[in-house]
Amino acid sequence: MQFPILSVIVFTPILSSLLILLIPAERKSEIRVAALAAATIALFLSAWAYFAYDIPAGGYQFVEKYTWLPALGISFHVGIDGMNAPLVLLTGVVMFTGVLISWGIDDRPREFFAFLFILATGVFGVFVTLDLFMLFFFYEIAVFPMYLLISIWGWKETREYAAMKLTLYLFIGSVISLVGALAMYFTSGLNTFDMLELEKAGFSVAFQQLWFPFVFFGFAVLGGIFPFHNWSPDGHVAAPTAVSMFHAGVLMKLGAFAALRVGIMLLPEGAKFHLPWIILLSLVNVVYGAYIAMVQTDFKYVIGFSSVSHMGLVAMGFATLTHDGMLGAGVQMFSHGVMTALFFAVVGMVYDQAHTRDIPHLSGFRKVMPLVAVAFIIGGLVSMGMPGFSGFIAEFPIFMGVWQSYPWIAIVAAISIVITASYIIRIIGKVFFGALPEEFEHHVHDVTALDKVALVFLSVILIGVGVYPSIMVPMVESGVTHILRLLGGA
Amino acid sequence: MTPVSFEPSMILAILPEILILALGVLVLVLDLILPDERRGVLGWITAAGLLGIIGISLAVARPGAEARLVWGGMLRQDWLGFVFNMLFLFAAAITALFSTDLARLGKRGEFYLLMLASTLGMSLMASAADLIMLYLAIETTSIPLYVLAGFLTRDDKSTESGFKYLLFGAMTSTVMLYGFSLLYGFAGTTNLYGLAQSVMSNRLPIVALFGSLLLVLVGFGFKISAVPMHFWAPDTYEGAPTPIAGFLSTASKAAGFAVLMRVLISVFPTDITPWPAVIAAISTATMTLGNTLALAQRNIKRLLAYSSIAHAGYALIGLVAVYNPVSRSLGISSVVYYLVAYVVTNLAAFGVVAAVGRVVGSDEIAAYAGLSRRSPWLALTLLVALLSLAGMPPFGGFVGKFAVFASVVQSGQVWLAFVGVLNSIVGLYYYLTVLKVVYLYRSEDEDKPLPVTPSYVTALIVLVVGIILIGTVLAPWFTVSNTAAAALF
Repeated sequence: MQFPILSVIVFTPILSSLLILLIPAERKSEIRVAALAAATIALFLSAWAYFAYDIPAGGYQFVEKYTWLPALGISFHVGIDGMNAPLVLLTGVVMFTGVLISWGIDDRPREFFAFLFILATGVFGVFVTLDLFMLFFFYEIAVFPMYLLISIWGWKETREYAAMKLTLYLFIGSVISLVGALAMYFTSGLNTFDMLELEKAGFSVAFQQLWFPFVFFGFAVLGGIFPFHNWSPDGHVAAPTAVSMFHAGVLMKLGAFAALRVGIMLLPEGAKFHLPWIILLSLVNVVYGAYIAMVQTDFKYVIGFSSVSHMGLVAMGFATLTHDGMLGAGVQMFSHGVMTALFFAVVGMVYDQAHTRDIPHLSGFRKVMPLVAVAFIIGGLVSMGMPGFSGFIAEFPIFMGVWQSYPWIAIVAAISIVITASYIIRIIGKVFFGALPEEFEHHVHDVTALDKVALVFLSVILIGVGVYPSIMVPMVESGVTHILRLLGGA
Repeated sequence: MTPVSFEPSMILAILPEILILALGVLVLVLDLILPDERRGVLGWITAAGLLGIIGISLAVARPGAEARLVWGGMLRQDWLGFVFNMLFLFAAAITALFSTDLARLGKRGEFYLLMLASTLGMSLMASAADLIMLYLAIETTSIPLYVLAGFLTRDDKSTESGFKYLLFGAMTSTVMLYGFSLLYGFAGTTNLYGLAQSVMSNRLPIVALFGSLLLVLVGFGFKISAVPMHFWAPDTYEGAPTPIAGFLSTASKAAGFAVLMRVLISVFPTDITPWPAVIAAISTATMTLGNTLALAQRNIKRLLAYSSIAHAGYALIGLVAVYNPVSRSLGISSVVYYLVAYVVTNLAAFGVVAAVGRVVGSDEIAAYAGLSRRSPWLALTLLVALLSLAGMPPFGGFVGKFAVFASVVQSGQVWLAFVGVLNSIVGLYYYLTVLKVVYLYRSEDEDKPLPVTPSYVTALIVLVVGIILIGTVLAPWFTVSNTAAAALF
């Protein structure tokens, strides 16, 4: 029997969270080291799974299946294919850098890391699962720690409001999808929650058209789809840095991925029927999100809305139901995850020093934290979709896919690139260049070595995928092939 | 189904009851002979005794695969009764542990005796197969509980609580008894399975039958605190000693469900008397009202009271699924699963409330500020309990909710599943509000540690492990629920 790598990836964070809880609360440095060790293991394992995936063979690999509740056909069933392997890697990356960035947390770090790791287990679980029950099980494990992480360690002004809003939005979404999933389970008559079986269930067209919106939107709430995106900028802003990274970087992918996995892949006819109008919503996401980001004066809100805009591109890519669109969306999920984690890390570092995120007040940070400025510029270039960075690899195919089906949507969506460029360049100019105001002169310092490691690590990934796309594109492509087969070779 | 004639193996059918009685006598004797300062062991002895009874019953008194009517048709020896019986014994053991360190409660033998008497009544409720037996069992359960709720005689709230509970209980049990007498009058028998035959033969006037069904529901609705028979719950829980409030909201409620399921399913076929429609209405009202009113609570015991009303509503969802033959087995087993998860979870919640209240002296939610700094483990236990109540994995409450929603989707009443899930969002809101106070708000006392005694530690560890096991190791629990459910059909 092969090494059960996916189960180990899923359970490493939660087991380490239990271990961390057993460390006495006052031994903070041991707690941090333990957290870093666990995150390193998770990163290593997820990278291993990613690189060991056999692309020519395709399909689901590292599959493990154990019966869990045979009476209802529930099993612990995991496997990765080209679509979710990059997301597993992404989670490992964000978890690792998130721990590095959170080194300075001094209020109950034990509980912080414990909750963060429970969240990580939920995320890993959703990405690797092939069982519908298990998907919900882990999905909700990923939702509730968010509440505590934001409300306890978040930004004092809005944390209670934002945490509650976020949790309720996501929970509403997930329970509504749950009803849809139950309807699928019973209608299929197969007595199994195995998604690979349900893919073949052959639901009637009417059934698919009825239930697709419930399932799709239930999950897409977490993907930030318009008009249910409202929780996300508030949540991002209120969350502590590492949680914002996790949240925008990984959790929103969770929503998009689940909407794809359960909505589009299990109800393809429903997808074909509804996505033509859903693509309009994603267009609103893309353009309106970018526009709102442009007019924000709070640094973190800019990034928060930019996530709404970029996640709109993911939804748009899926909604084209074309090879190119889906391929781009798959890469975009990874690229945006790393990019936004980098952005939020930068925002957090600037805020920690300046104690303000008001863009008009910030200036000249290049002088005190040059590396942070470089990292932000790299992230910004990714965000604008510059060639040579991962954003280009992701967004170009999306636009190609959209162009094939709806040329005018592609034209409108392309406006967002200009808007994105404008707000990114404005921030770079305003926050990092110019003269350092006197009020910051002496008490603003450069970031710690650990922060630098995190920034360099994230930047290298963004450039790596941009310069050498073969590291990811063929893999995602193999995943897309499977989806297109379900869609009837469209 | 006809009663089997007496044979010695029938003793096994009531072995748990006999042992409970023996344990009660033992506690009473010890209460007389132990000196004052050593009476602290009474709670431990009660708990250990009850766990011993569970062990013995599991070893020797398990019912056979075939259900049978024993003791002249008074009791039905089957898995439904047995599973619930074990649940009551477990809840009573935990309640004894929660009580043992409380002032004016833990060192009084009669407290444990009353609790055991009530547990005895519940055991009989779960397996009663005759209206007379059923009524006696319900009263045996209720009367000690009235006394226990008002046990702190010098506390006005406790007295008020006991008295309110008594008045409501007496009134609803009268109505129920009237329903029983009508049933007897129509069918000429008090045996549930005899009644079932008369109903099936279609000789009874439907309107009268349905009317007496409603009367009976009043009594059962009171036990499970379903709307509109829920008014007593918040006041009673608030004033009653906390462990007793926990006991009322778990074991007593589960006993009500056991009776409700048995009577409705055995006696009233759904095609003749469409009671699932009534249950669906009650369920919707109970969930919605319980959750909505819980939002406004400032006292944690009142909040848990309204939440426990709401939970009765969720569990009733599974019962609605019975109207469709396809989903009826899943429906009943989901109710059993739900109740098992709920009992363990809610006991943990009340345990934390008791442990905090013992030191802090208040049950206001505001008094929980800084709890995570004063006692991280107690805070974490409350987190587990409340999230399980909210239906979050990996805790038992998630699987329970999943099962009841699944059963009603299978039956075709998808709207009720939507009512349920929307309600669980409201539920999540107020549970999180409490957790916010526990984890986020600061208090002046936050540097003072909050000592937790060994009895609480033991009980809470058992419960937390239980909550997680019920939520993760699904198959054995589901098999048990299924076996229990199968006994009804």
